[in-house]
Amino acid sequence: MKLLTKNSAQPQPKQGFTGLFSTLSRKPWIWAWLAAGATYLATLLVVSSGGAGALLYAAFTFASFAVIVGIGQMFVITLGPGNVDLSIPATMTLAGTLALKFMATDGGFILPGLLIVLGIGLTCGVFNFLLILLLRIPPIIATLSSSFLFQSVAIWSNRGLRIKPPPLLADFSTGGILGIPNIALVALVVSILAWVVLEKAIAGRWISATGQNSRAARLGGVPVNAVRFSVYVSCAVLASFTGFMLASFSGGANLNMGTEYLLMSIAVVVIGGSSIAGGNSNVPGIWAAALFMFLMVSMLNSYGLGAGARLILTGIIIVSVVALANKKGYRV
Amino acid sequence: MKSDYLRILLPVMSLTALLAAVFYMQPRTMSYFGLNLLFNLAVPVALATIAQMMILMVNDIDLSIGTFVSFCACVTATFVQSDPLVGYSILLAAILVYAGMGAVIHARGLPAIVVTLGMSFFWAGMAVLVLPSPGGSAPDWLRAIMTTKTPFVPVAIIAPIVIGLCMHYVVKRSSLGVLLRGVGGNEQAIERSGWSVLGLKAIAYGIAGLFGVLAGMALVGLATSADANIALRYTLLSIAGVILGGGEFTGGRVSPIGAVIGALTLTLAASFLSFLHLSSDWQIGAQGAILIAVLALRLVFTRREGLA
Repeated sequence: MKLLTKNSAQPQPKQGFTGLFSTLSRKPWIWAWLAAGATYLATLLVVSSGGAGALLYAAFTFASFAVIVGIGQMFVITLGPGNVDLSIPATMTLAGTLALKFMATDGGFILPGLLIVLGIGLTCGVFNFLLILLLRIPPIIATLSSSFLFQSVAIWSNRGLRIKPPPLLADFSTGGILGIPNIALVALVVSILAWVVLEKAIAGRWISATGQNSRAARLGGVPVNAVRFSVYVSCAVLASFTGFMLASFSGGANLNMGTEYLLMSIAVVVIGGSSIAGGNSNVPGIWAAALFMFLMVSMLNSYGLGAGARLILTGIIIVSVVALANKKGYRV
Repeated sequence: MKSDYLRILLPVMSLTALLAAVFYMQPRTMSYFGLNLLFNLAVPVALATIAQMMILMVNDIDLSIGTFVSFCACVTATFVQSDPLVGYSILLAAILVYAGMGAVIHARGLPAIVVTLGMSFFWAGMAVLVLPSPGGSAPDWLRAIMTTKTPFVPVAIIAPIVIGLCMHYVVKRSSLGVLLRGVGGNEQAIERSGWSVLGLKAIAYGIAGLFGVLAGMALVGLATSADANIALRYTLLSIAGVILGGGEFTGGRVSPIGAVIGALTLTLAASFLSFLHLSSDWQIGAQGAILIAVLALRLVFTRREGLA
């Protein structure tokens, strides 16, 4: 069914602005972009005129971390009801801690460090998948219990030490080219890859089909378990990569650095317009939602609100965006 | 009926095994005082687990229970202690917000996981507003209840049993319980037989809110003060407790007694590990491992159940 709508909904080349507008308004991600734009403008009202560029730079930097984990979470959520990866924060922490410990601020070990990060992601993903497939544990509980284990390993190996990243890596993760943060470029590459996989490759069709009806997909010849395996593994790999970059960016790993990304990864997927019920996903919305989440916090900050009021408004805004943007019929 | 007993057997067995191990390693815990210490913190966890169970029963999941319990603890340690009337009104309003959240989730067909995640921010913010820095104090009567010296069996054992039995009556024996489990099992069937699913969901969430409030109060009674992050772990503990106790994510298959036993098992696991002289680094990890082990065992059980 999705294949059909995809083909028939090719934008008719209408003339001029109205045509463009009607095409855009049908995209699920347009609302997130509008919200992000509005928040940006609202923040600019109180930030001095010189702050506009700096704010945008910061927004793209911080949004990029959320985008990379968000894409991983999006793949998992697309697999259908009940599929959520709650082990993302623990995987991030584990990868950040172990990689920085291994590199021990030595610039020569960056490449091996990166390989270790990918290996950790692979291991965490395979572990999650084995719990889900072999022990038939519901994904939420499986990733929850494995996150306890990952977190423990991170605590054990770290012991509160904060090891600095190699200078080269720290420079890369905090720097930028032509006014664009390096992290944002990395996130852009990841997004384009994800978009190609989802929209242009057979794998994307398989993932959507599994999410819409896994039984039908299986009968239709989709290798459902292989799809699940690769989705959970790539989610964990993206999470561990983000943990690595985040630890380098913030000058060392700490044990709760992943905490906020649990909500963040789920929120950007849903606010971005992907269906929480699975079977439908989109990449541009993730960017918009990630920018929106960061800009919202900085907007509330620049209006001089305290931590309590900021948290309350964040909660209210998330719930109202979800309530307003939601089409009836989504179910967890 | 038989499968129901089988379902409760596994949580009971895991708790017994764990308790036996603790007694073996530290025989002195086999006393009134020792048991009280072992299970003291289980009371708020058990209450929070029941709250989570009410939500899982109607096929949703609540990721905000930890911050909600923290918020209730903060209100208890401040307003309930100083201005009881204001304090109780706040707690009542919080329960109504919970019921309203259930109604909105159903009416708009929203994903509960996202709404409750958003609400967790809301409650965290409210908690910070009520109690910006750790402190406050427990109302005297609450402190007295939580530290009562009952004859023969400590209150830490009696309370979970009472909670479990009461909720067993509500969920498994009363007509309301049947309807609520029906919402989890087949929402449309309940709707078509003339019941308002909206109202039932609001009731389920309202009861969950009530138990969240009770958990917060019990926690303050034990800890004598509160802070905004006091119960953040409860979100994960409560989900784990329900599942350990034989509950399922879908279909309204939950067991209140099992949930309470699950909560006790998780609390005991922490003590067990400290008796093992296991480094505290591994505490959380071991809770995860116990969870996985019990679920793996359950797989063996359900296979057998399926064959029989």
